[in-house]
Amino acid sequence: MNSKSEGRMQKAESGHPSFFKATLAIIQKDLAAEFRSFELISAMLVFSLLVIIIFNFALELDVKVRESVTSGVLWTTFAFAGTLGLNRSMSVEKDRGCMDGLLLAPVDRSVIYFGKAISNLIFMLIVEAIVLPVYSLLYNVNLFRLDLVGVILLGSIGYAAVGTLLSTMSAQTRTREVLLPILLFPVAMPVLLSSVKASGGLLIGAEFAEILAPLNLLIVYDIIFVAIAFMVFDYVVEE
Amino acid sequence: MQKRPILLSILDAASIIVLAVSTYLALVFAPTEAVMGQVQRVFYFHIGTAWVGLLGFVIAAVAGIAYLITKNTRWDRFEVAAVEVSTVFFFITIVLGSIWARPAWNTWWTWDPRLTTAAITELIYIAYFMLRQGIEDPEKRARFGAVYTLLGGISAPITFMVIRLFRTIHPVIIGSANANQEKMSMTGDMKVAFFFGLFAFTVIFIDLIWHRIRLGSLEEKVEQLKLKVSM
Repeated sequence: MNSKSEGRMQKAESGHPSFFKATLAIIQKDLAAEFRSFELISAMLVFSLLVIIIFNFALELDVKVRESVTSGVLWTTFAFAGTLGLNRSMSVEKDRGCMDGLLLAPVDRSVIYFGKAISNLIFMLIVEAIVLPVYSLLYNVNLFRLDLVGVILLGSIGYAAVGTLLSTMSAQTRTREVLLPILLFPVAMPVLLSSVKASGGLLIGAEFAEILAPLNLLIVYDIIFVAIAFMVFDYVVEE
Repeated sequence: MQKRPILLSILDAASIIVLAVSTYLALVFAPTEAVMGQVQRVFYFHIGTAWVGLLGFVIAAVAGIAYLITKNTRWDRFEVAAVEVSTVFFFITIVLGSIWARPAWNTWWTWDPRLTTAAITELIYIAYFMLRQGIEDPEKRARFGAVYTLLGGISAPITFMVIRLFRTIHPVIIGSANANQEKMSMTGDMKVAFFFGLFAFTVIFIDLIWHRIRLGSLEEKVEQLKLKVSM
């Protein structure tokens, strides 16, 4: 609702909302809806903590094991929590008919994509911003490092970029929520793989040259996924 | 139903013949490898099936793009045929690789980057069929399928870059190997078996795709008839 009225307001002002303004309007709508209920973020957050606790039992995360598996545990947690958020943010649009409203708005379809992708990214980043200090506290490792945060940001961008596209697709299928992780995990594997490698390398204090290869791969796939999703999003929301 | 084209019948016969010849070349004609022994013979089919498996995924991505541009269902049928045939061939590749790995690496499966990415590639295309199954509207099914093959086609190349990016124990056949990688060297007779294997599986691949496309158009007809009856 919010987005429609805002879209209309902007249209009244300038005839046609600019790309940037329209994207911002969609992000604002998502954030406003979320900050009223905290449905999505609280679910993702509690889920993330549960995953970490399960890992604690499953892997017996003592000091020695922890050093080598921290990045894997973190990225598994982010990926699982990410699908939860992606599913929810898209099915809300679909169930309440908001998607039709968005499609009727006099804006380019890619605006909808970027709006949704960026708000999904923001939700992921908020969850990560809470999980990192909690993990640091629980396991007595310092994860507050600028380079690690950078890798996590890059990984989340790629994940949200391809995840938003695929969740738009899975929301329109019969199996819906069940299908998203099956579609998303194998395709997003280059991003996840290189993120785990890069952050794992940072955590054990490897040399920069060793981290460079996965980091390059991560950046390349970020760009590819954003570009492809941008190009094909039209076909995914077409009615 | 349309009558079977003569060329297709010829291709059927040719497939059987080249498969037989290729089997002979791999099992009898090619010399036994010095280090690995008889089990190395699996390699001729391993490469043949891997080649058509990956070729099909690339073709499917191209057909997907063509469908999105033209909206012609013929491209969709082509795409499904390519993915379906290739998924089976790629699965055979993994199984054959496992058979070779048992004596060579002393294990059926290891989490080597090359093997892991091959498994992921296979899973992408299994997910593709699950996606298609979940959509009833044929037009939407085709559109989503095309988008997904495109994404899969982009994600799959990592299978081939990975061998150069990360340390792997998988032997390198084509291209230059790093110093720490195993490089297979083939004698003349081995090369004959190797290249004929590639050729044979390409013929079989084309034949199967052709059949699958014809099956696809029959499926479409059945779907339309069902709709007519229910109305």
